[in-house]
Amino acid sequence: MESHAPADESARQDGNSNDLGPIASGSQSATVPGSVGIVTPQDYTFGAPGKGITLEGGSEFGPITVRYETYGRLNADRSNAILIQHAFSGDAHAAGYHSAEDRHPGWWDNMVGPDKAFDTKRYFVICSNVLGGCRGTTGPGSINPETGRPYGLSFPVITIDDMVKVQRELIDHLGIERLYAVAGGSMGGMQALEWTVRYPERARSAIIMAATSRLSAQAIAFNAVGRNAIVSDEFWNGGDYYDGQPPARGLAIARMVGHITYLSEQAMGMKFGRRLQERANFGFDFEDQFQVESYLEYQSDKFVDRFDANSYIYLSKAMDYYDLGARFDGLERAVQNCNAKFLVVTFSSDWLYPPYQSKEVVFAMMRQGVDVSYVQLESPYGHDAFFLEIDRQAPLVSSFLEGLDEK
Amino acid sequence: MKNNARMEHNGHHRQHFSYAEILHLIEPGSTVLDLGCGEGELLERLIRERGVRGRGVDIEERMIRTCISRGLSVFQGDLDEGLKDYTTNSYDYVILNHTLQVVHRPDLLLQEMLRVGRFGIVNFPNFAHILNRLQLFAGGRMPVNRHIPYEWYDTPNIHFCTRRDFEVLCREMGYEIIRIIDTRNGKRRAPFLCNLLSTEVCFLLRGTD
Repeated sequence: MESHAPADESARQDGNSNDLGPIASGSQSATVPGSVGIVTPQDYTFGAPGKGITLEGGSEFGPITVRYETYGRLNADRSNAILIQHAFSGDAHAAGYHSAEDRHPGWWDNMVGPDKAFDTKRYFVICSNVLGGCRGTTGPGSINPETGRPYGLSFPVITIDDMVKVQRELIDHLGIERLYAVAGGSMGGMQALEWTVRYPERARSAIIMAATSRLSAQAIAFNAVGRNAIVSDEFWNGGDYYDGQPPARGLAIARMVGHITYLSEQAMGMKFGRRLQERANFGFDFEDQFQVESYLEYQSDKFVDRFDANSYIYLSKAMDYYDLGARFDGLERAVQNCNAKFLVVTFSSDWLYPPYQSKEVVFAMMRQGVDVSYVQLESPYGHDAFFLEIDRQAPLVSSFLEGLDEK
Repeated sequence: MKNNARMEHNGHHRQHFSYAEILHLIEPGSTVLDLGCGEGELLERLIRERGVRGRGVDIEERMIRTCISRGLSVFQGDLDEGLKDYTTNSYDYVILNHTLQVVHRPDLLLQEMLRVGRFGIVNFPNFAHILNRLQLFAGGRMPVNRHIPYEWYDTPNIHFCTRRDFEVLCREMGYEIIRIIDTRNGKRRAPFLCNLLSTEVCFLLRGTD
């Protein structure tokens, strides 16, 4: 569910520097060993009127611009491409830096790069911003060419399925017939799953982390609180706020709620405990700030600078709508034509996307004879673990990718 | 400590039971579920040499990772939670390789194995082997030897049984014993005084229906 923020932040606050060392120290950028270096985002626009994609909601939509980045080199027979699908608040910038001065690498930089799990010496890695997002791909904050004004709430309701359709357009554009792998965590994992169901012939394998085929009522409830915080902001104005002040406070509160769900009770305890931020003892004057409060403030402040409130609404709703089994009259039917080889990874303390939900998908696949492996990593970090348990998840991913050529 | 013991345990069974014996029990081209698959050596050989379609189950992350790097399909899970998510008769063979003695309820797992698989293959160290008997009889202490390298207080093996015990259990549960293979230090031995002289035994079983 997370993006760059928690990965480097958590590492910083934990003093846990392992793979994140160079990032935490911020000492260098493009010259960091194992980094893909400086990358330039690219755009691909398609879907002129009449040639757009048909959304799950039934309407046709276009034009669409997709922001994407690539790392590594596509081989001659175009067989080494891996599509990485980002989580809720992520973007196309999965790895590397945007300039020599840039101190913040992409959101999965510790997984993507030379000799890393997604080894850019071997694979051509692609990551694109999702439809409905606000980081370069067409979303509610984009200009509607018909009106010359931002879409706002006139942007169509989109789904995980629609995000994947847009990705397929991009993959077609790049001339790739069959991906070596699709991979993602959280909302990205939903997309990876959807990709293998919708386009069974177009991916050899799929890595699905901390994901589910449908959110629980509890997870939907948290998303609902976030959306309510946004629409209750005095500046939201029915989603039409692009000329004035954005609903920053509402979005910040939404983000705080989100952050609580990404961590586990244990992780919060380890990271913050009951410590106060600036004082040693309580002053009993409401000026006391617990460290956890300050963390939420800090995270949400950073978030509102780079995220659009309407995208929050659209993307969170897309996750809520997602229910693979319901669309196919059962999960087993949904996965019966899957051709990819799967690696499903969960984290023991993830209560937002709990392991049992992933296991439902895994068992449905097993019963349908789909080639699937399942790993449940013991981790205290909750849902965010897929940004943090790099030391353990990286060897799994790399051995899975290498194992594809075994047998 | 516990982890070390488990790792040794997994290294241990490789030396003591010949995979070739299991390989010969399995029809080429069949489907196999390997419970407690460890690093997946047996499964890999079954796939390569017998052309089976198979998957493994193991509880340890390290084992699972090794299996994945071999290109095997594996599920990280706890056998003590049973096989409830597996469909009845969905495999030709369910293998329990040197794992019977580490589960909480061997009888229930056996029952599940023969529900999910048409045949069950179970091998385990024979606790009635003469060396164990001598140690217990003469020394008055729980056996610790090359076949059972653990102290009683720190061992993954919580349910030792003898060859005869297992035969009785199978009979009581109504399973047909199709074959028993007796080995001593990894080599097959002639079937006499089996309960006394076999260090490890392997049963091929068929369910009741």
